[in-house]
Amino acid sequence: MQPRKVGRRQVLAALAAVPLALLLPGRTAGAAGPAPSKVTPELTLAAKKEGKVIWYTAVDLPVAERIGKAFEAKYPGIDLRVERSGGERIFQRIGQEYASNIHAVDVVNSSDAAHFIVWKRDGILAPYVPEDVALHYPAEHKDPDGLFASWRVWLSVIGYNTKLVKPEEAPRSFADLLDPKWSGKIVKGHPGYSGTIMTATFQISRDLGWEYFEKLARQKVMQVQSSADPPKKLALGERAVMADGNEYNLFQLKEKGEPVEIVYPTEGTPLIVGPSGVLKDAPHPNAARLLQSFLFSVEGQQLMVDFGGLRSFHALVKEKAGRKPLREIKLMKDDPAAVEKQADEIKARYSKYFKV
Amino acid sequence: MRPDLSGAVLALCAAALCLLVVLPIGWLVVFAFTGRGGRFTLANFRLLFTDPAFLEPLVTTLILAVSVSLICCLVAAPMGWIVARTDMPLRRTVRFLVLASFVTPPFLGAIAWELLAAPNSGLLNQLYRVATGAGPEVVLFNVYTLPGLVFVICCYTFPYVFVLVANALDRIPGELEDASAILGGSAWRTARRVTIPLALPALAAGALVAFLQAMTLFGAPGILALPAGFHTITTKIWSLFQYPPKPELAAAASLPLLVVTVVLLRAQSAVLGRRGYTVIGGRSGPPRPVRLGPLRWPALSLCLAMLSLPVFLPYAALVNAAFSRIPSQPLTFERFTLDHVRFVFLELSATRLALKNTFLLGLLSATLGALLALVISYLTARAAIRGHRVLGFLATAPIAIPGIALGVGLFLAYTRGPIVLYGTLWILLLAYVTIELPAAYQQLQASLRAVSPELEEASRVLGASRLRTLRDVTAPLLGPSLIATWCFVFVAVVRELSAAAILFTSETKVLSVLIFDLNESGDLAAIAVLGLTMLILTSAVIAAANRVPGFRGGPLVRNT
Repeated sequence: MQPRKVGRRQVLAALAAVPLALLLPGRTAGAAGPAPSKVTPELTLAAKKEGKVIWYTAVDLPVAERIGKAFEAKYPGIDLRVERSGGERIFQRIGQEYASNIHAVDVVNSSDAAHFIVWKRDGILAPYVPEDVALHYPAEHKDPDGLFASWRVWLSVIGYNTKLVKPEEAPRSFADLLDPKWSGKIVKGHPGYSGTIMTATFQISRDLGWEYFEKLARQKVMQVQSSADPPKKLALGERAVMADGNEYNLFQLKEKGEPVEIVYPTEGTPLIVGPSGVLKDAPHPNAARLLQSFLFSVEGQQLMVDFGGLRSFHALVKEKAGRKPLREIKLMKDDPAAVEKQADEIKARYSKYFKV
Repeated sequence: MRPDLSGAVLALCAAALCLLVVLPIGWLVVFAFTGRGGRFTLANFRLLFTDPAFLEPLVTTLILAVSVSLICCLVAAPMGWIVARTDMPLRRTVRFLVLASFVTPPFLGAIAWELLAAPNSGLLNQLYRVATGAGPEVVLFNVYTLPGLVFVICCYTFPYVFVLVANALDRIPGELEDASAILGGSAWRTARRVTIPLALPALAAGALVAFLQAMTLFGAPGILALPAGFHTITTKIWSLFQYPPKPELAAAASLPLLVVTVVLLRAQSAVLGRRGYTVIGGRSGPPRPVRLGPLRWPALSLCLAMLSLPVFLPYAALVNAAFSRIPSQPLTFERFTLDHVRFVFLELSATRLALKNTFLLGLLSATLGALLALVISYLTARAAIRGHRVLGFLATAPIAIPGIALGVGLFLAYTRGPIVLYGTLWILLLAYVTIELPAAYQQLQASLRAVSPELEEASRVLGASRLRTLRDVTAPLLGPSLIATWCFVFVAVVRELSAAAILFTSETKVLSVLIFDLNESGDLAAIAVLGLTMLILTSAVIAAANRVPGFRGGPLVRNT
């Protein structure tokens, strides 16, 4: 009985979708894109049959694995494997794999929103709009064609170790970091590896000019790769100040009692948006959609906020007490389209100044 | 008479070698001379030798490789002699500990030394400040410097020299030294005229291997060079694969390394090639240990002090990081936690797959690599077929190519038809066998040179084919060396990072890549747990290999 029932429903769903697709050509501005999808028992069943889902993400590994375990607990029988590396490396990996016709990735999240512009242009994303995205996300944070939406948002901030720096002596702005007293005491991430740092480097160079980085490079900066690493180097006590890096890692460390503090620079704080999308050639298409829905659900988003220290655009998700709300922070404006155009130049200029 | 299949098998080996070596190198050469749009150009080389962004890494790499080679010889040769030829206590233990430092991947060692000697949070620097009451500005060691990098590379390269020297000394028959002594030679004269000349080829080979290892190493520079603010040629090549990738430049940047290596190898054979070093004939006696007398214990302390640098201190730091809440804080009861262990084994979803892939590839590559190296070194040492020199050259050539460039060569060769291997474990197997072939070949060839051909000739005269002779006479004579080579390749595969970093996909991830990814985001505690697991499993495999019946223990842990 059961299989036949499923079959009939799928046929009905397909029939319902046809006229909808004919009525709404994807490119119309303001069009709703593909119809929102609920998590149906059919989807769950099909996903369980696939038994596996591969998630390429740039979010810090413990956060990714925690969310992965929550997904596995909710949908037993589906193994979720996290492939975490910096946003820029993920972009390079997918490019390399797709050029060789290897379709290993089901769902992708990058820390550089510009990548989604490229992937959309290359036509490798599948249209899929989880119900939560349709109902609870602001229009500017979902792709009009339903290919991706802003899964997470966070800031690239300045930070310091409170055992090594007194609060009254801590830097308050990017300009403060150029003070000779911070020479040899600064750690920062690299835009060639990290999407967060790429995005932040774009915004800072746009608003403050490249002279800022030219001068910062003379401060004997300790260069690391990921934007998740500078906060950890602060916690180790390896460097006193971080020039950029994830706000969310600092939230996690601070709430665990480690001696780190966040500074929102007076010039404005770079805003980073990390979208998520399903791949058109996903090897586990149903599990991929199930994961995408889970990632945007209240449950997934709240876990990301509470455990991970990230921020959410989901209307029903609550910010955690004790963290400064986004609206109270002076932000730099994000502009993925410009990042997409300038990425190569940013990397080249950056290596010229910082020698690595 | 049964048909002799030797010719066919030998031809097959030659063909396999061409496939392994010529294909990726061919692609590298083609790419090095290719410009945008696919036309022939010299622009890549012009850029390489004029742009300071490339010149500086080239110079840095040269300084690095020369320093490492010299320091390794200075440390490893005396240690090898002490362990092989004296009555120092605990010689077996010292050999075992050298093995432990060899098993340690350089990238893991580099991370451990970050924990120990990062200028501010390094445990040794913290200890020094506490002990002397010095202020927070005082730094005793700074691993994020060129000398720091040289030091770390030496720690994990000196075993190559040590093993070669100690094994060569093991094989020198006591009679030769006795003869010198009976003829009135002093101990020093005996050493100068007999022992040292006999050990010299091994030392020279060791110096060469150390130089080439340091030149092409990616793991340790990959960890330390970026925070230190400079590039070596390998990290530069790696950075060329950032988006948008520039494989032409990467190929061009790796060709000078190939040239340097070819020149060095030719120089080596010119210097050593004409002398005879046959020391194992049909009969020989065991070497006679030198009595150290009261110097026994100082010698042991010296060896242990040396071993604290690659083994004791780094592993203490890793254990500390694995169980301490924050890796830079010394372990205490309040700070003890099993969170990191739980994370690695219960949450980290890549752990099981990476372990499985790594050990499967290690076993396969070691077996395949040792067999191939045996056949090729037999062919070249006995000049068995025409063109054996070319074979020898091909088997040694990959040593000059940074693993990362070889990775690219393989990537270019096997991502398009007719054979698509990218995304499978096969491509990693090919990479590993190719990368480890030179060292395996050099080791077995050095051992084979010391085996007199007269036993093989006897077998051939009695009608055995070349293959049968190889199997029944030569291989058993080489037994311990063969096991050592197998272990060597296995360990080297577990350590390998650079080619894997290019060739892996999510399904074919190996431990080294997993650890490298963890380092990118600074997850030191998880690295420590994985690294320790890796060491324990590797040691278990090597211990098992050394108990293979008929081989009476490999030379790495053998004492006569």
